[in-house]
Parts: sequence; C-alpha cells; structure tokens
Amino acid sequence: MHGLVAVDLHVIWQQVFHPDSILFRTLWATVYISVAAQTAGVLLGLLAALARMSRFAPLRWMSGVYVWIFRGTPVLVQIFYVYFAFSWPTLRFGFWTITDAAIAGTIALSINEGAYMREIIRAGIDSVDKGQMEAAKSVGMTYGLAMRRIILPQAARVIVPPLGNEFNNMMKTTSLLFTIGVFELFAFSQQNYSRYFIADYFLAIAVWYLMLTTIWAFIQAYIERRLAVSERGDELSFRERLQAAWNPVTSWARGGGG
Amino acid sequence: MSESGLGSTEPPRSGAGMYGAGAEIVMRAEDVHKSFGRLHVLKGVSLEMTKGETVCIIGPSGSGKTTFIRCINHLEKIDSGRIEVNGHLIGYREHNGKLVEDSERSIARQRTEIGMVFQRFNLFPHKTALENVIEAPVHVLRTPKEQAVGLGKALLERVGLADKLDTYPGKLSGGQQQRVAIARALAMGPALMLFDEATSALDPETIGEVLAVMEELARAGTTMIVVTHEMGFARQAANRVVMMDDGQIIEEGPPEHFFEAPEHERTKQFLSKIL
Repeated sequence: MHGLVAVDLHVIWQQVFHPDSILFRTLWATVYISVAAQTAGVLLGLLAALARMSRFAPLRWMSGVYVWIFRGTPVLVQIFYVYFAFSWPTLRFGFWTITDAAIAGTIALSINEGAYMREIIRAGIDSVDKGQMEAAKSVGMTYGLAMRRIILPQAARVIVPPLGNEFNNMMKTTSLLFTIGVFELFAFSQQNYSRYFIADYFLAIAVWYLMLTTIWAFIQAYIERRLAVSERGDELSFRERLQAAWNPVTSWARGGGG
Repeated sequence: MSESGLGSTEPPRSGAGMYGAGAEIVMRAEDVHKSFGRLHVLKGVSLEMTKGETVCIIGPSGSGKTTFIRCINHLEKIDSGRIEVNGHLIGYREHNGKLVEDSERSIARQRTEIGMVFQRFNLFPHKTALENVIEAPVHVLRTPKEQAVGLGKALLERVGLADKLDTYPGKLSGGQQQRVAIARALAMGPALMLFDEATSALDPETIGEVLAVMEELARAGTTMIVVTHEMGFARQAANRVVMMDDGQIIEEGPPEHFFEAPEHERTKQFLSKIL
C-alpha cells in the first residue's frame, strides 16, 4: 500500500491522536523552550529599550551594538556559537532533564529574540503620550515607578500584537535547535524518518506545530481584547469579557483567522 | 534684572494683609532664567507667594508663563536663579555654596508638595477616575488603600463627580476629565497648586464647570498659581494678577488695579485685545 498512497494517513492518525510518550516529551521541550526563550527575550528587549532611551550615552551605544549584531547575523550561527563556544551544564529535576544543548539553545534564542523585542517595546513606549510621564512625575513618581505603573501598561496595547507574532515565530524557530542535538518536536520526526523513511512524520508534527500556534492565537486574541477594554473606556461585566474572549474564536471558525 | 519694572520689588496695593509679618511664604522664585537652545524664554522672573493666595499669570503666548510654572515643579530645569516651595529648593541642592542638580528621588519627593493641572488633562487612560486619584497616594505616599479610597471619593465628590468613580477617562467629557485631574493633584495634599491653562483645551460649555471648581478651591484658601486667558476668573478669584511679557514680569497687582487702571503700556495693549 505504501508506495501507492502519497500520504500515509495511518502515521498521521497515530502520531496526532495516539501520541506516544516520546512525542509528548519532545512536544513539552518545544513548549518550555519557546516560553522560556520568549520570556527572557522580552525582559532583554525591555532592558535594551530602556538602555536605548537612557541619558547615559554608553548604554545607548551598547543597546545599539546588541541589536546590530543579533539582527544582523543568522540565528543558526548564533545557536552554534553559543553552544560550542561555552560549556553548559545539564540540569536534572527528578524525571525532567534539561540538557546542555537545550540550555545553550534557549539562551541563544533569548538573546536573538531580545534584539527584535527591543524595537517592538521601544515603539510601544514611544506610542504613549509624553504628557503621561509628566503627569506621573507631577504626582511625585520616580521614572521607574512611572514606567511600571503608567507607561508600560499603556505601551502593552501596542506591544502585545507584535509580541504574539514573535512568540508564534519562536515556537517554530525552536526546530532549529535540533541541529545542536536538542530533542524537541522536529528532532522526533527527523529521528523517525531516518528510521522508517516515512515522510509523513514531518506532516504529523506539522499538525502538532499547527495546534500549538492555533492555541496561542486564541490566547493572544483574549489578551488583546482585555487590553482593549481600557482603550475603549468601557466597563465590561465578567460575562461581556467572556463574550469578548469568545468572539475571536467564533470569527476564526468563520474563517477570519487569528 | 531691574528692568522687570514694577516686578516683585513694589508691594501690591491690596491684599497687603497677606504680606504682614508672619505670613507664610509658600513659593519663592528668584531671578529665574531659562533658555531652550538659543531662545531665552525666562529672563529673570521673581515671584513670591504667601499661603492661601491665588495668583493669576496672564500674558500673550510665548511670554514664558507656562515655562515658568513648569519650572516650579522642575518639569523644566532652570538655568540660573532659584525656586523654593515650602522652604525646599526645587530641583537642586546646595553643595559648597554651589547649586547641584538633585537626585531623581528627592525631586520626586519635592513634587509631592506641588500639584499640577495640565492643559490636556493627562489622565491615566487605563485607570478609572477613582484609580487616577488614588494612584499616587497609594504608590508614592504609601497611604493605606482604604484610606486613599475614602480620600479619593471625597475629592471626586468635591469636584462634583461622585457618580463617575468607576468611569474611565475615555468616557468622560473634557470638563469632567479636567475635574478628575484636579482631584488627582489635590489627593497628594500639595502646598501649592499649579494650573497650566487648565481650560484652554475645553469646549466652551464645559469651561464653566472647571472654573467653578477652581474658584471654590481659591475661596477655600488653596495656594494656587493659575496661568490663564480667562480674565473673568482672574478678576473674580485672584488675589493678585501678574502680567508676563517676553520672559519677564512686567506688572503685578490686585485684579482691580489691572482691569481698571493698568499702568504698563504693554498691559493696556494686551488687555484691550483680550477683554
């Protein structure tokens, strides 16, 4: 049968609806590496954005050099360099092992992501009216407090949509870590392919990636709705908020997309 | 800077009781200079205010009125001279007889004594009216939340917005937003209130409600500096009117003096255009 059918539905069915524990392990690796690298990337991007706006010139230069280098070179090169140039520990928490490659890969992705997040966060901060900082200062807030309580919550409205796209990208980019030996989703399919020569393993994990990005699209839409509440100046009841969160789901089902 | 004419050297003609011995000086500006690049905006401004006084600053646009009150809470850095509020030097500290710019933290602390109301309100749009008012008491002064909420409700009631506690600024009219902004500034219990053309960005029909709140504050003995083009307000609520032109105070006195017998040629010219 194999040679006749272009798509081996059995493999896909098996891997999608009856995944084994190995697939789950690799799926988990993809998820936790994405979340960790994105979180660290946002924090690095925030630091770099604040450095970029600093009154202290060397900080501004450092921020500029950082973005220049990490946006200007391939992420794969960065991953290889970080992994092979330093020695990383392997961490064990009971059943859960984080290999040295996973640590190096996560760090490389974080640093790379931070360079992209810096511009996104800076644009968000710039989008907040200058009068907001003055008003915050006039009631006695320091720069840090004003940033945290007044500026960043407003900047979040502008930051979240592109941040969501970055995370979507991140989940897919983690597949590059297969090249340094991280056992994640793509490595799983690659391993099975080289054992059985059935290309449908790639199709099966494509379905898994698609599920991850689709779930994320829902979460992102929910966050964006919630942030839009204060922008509209509405006071929504809990029920209305639920409805608002549901709307993107139904509009997606009608073919609207995330 | 003796060319400031009548300036601060001549005692005002009425309200002199306020200048009697023991009158508490809330704000003292001495020979304040400020330039933006090559543009010399303040050319030696001196002004003293006693507790409970309402001073209106009038003058053509570009005369430095707004810059001057922005210097009072150090939103603009002065180039020379000195400004004291409640006896504290603003923005600077004295170090071996020289003035050194103060740390961010102590500038922030000084600003808690100075309330500011902006032309464009600058309410925090992601917070309700009540949250706007209690934000700084809770996070700057560390007032317990329940106490701050009580204070916030009382202040919003005072400005006539008791029914808008949970409304976001986006749902309020300009006049309502500006009254929330006044309550927000008052919540810090400032020794001095600054109003920077607080009614200039408002629809004509909502100007009145904001002016009414400001007049009530003035009557209640709030020490306030009001930069305004509202001559009606200056006439009714001010203890003293100050005329600025080209970065200097060219004339000051009680409102009657101003609106009945201005002395300076430039003041006459300005008032004839505006009244």
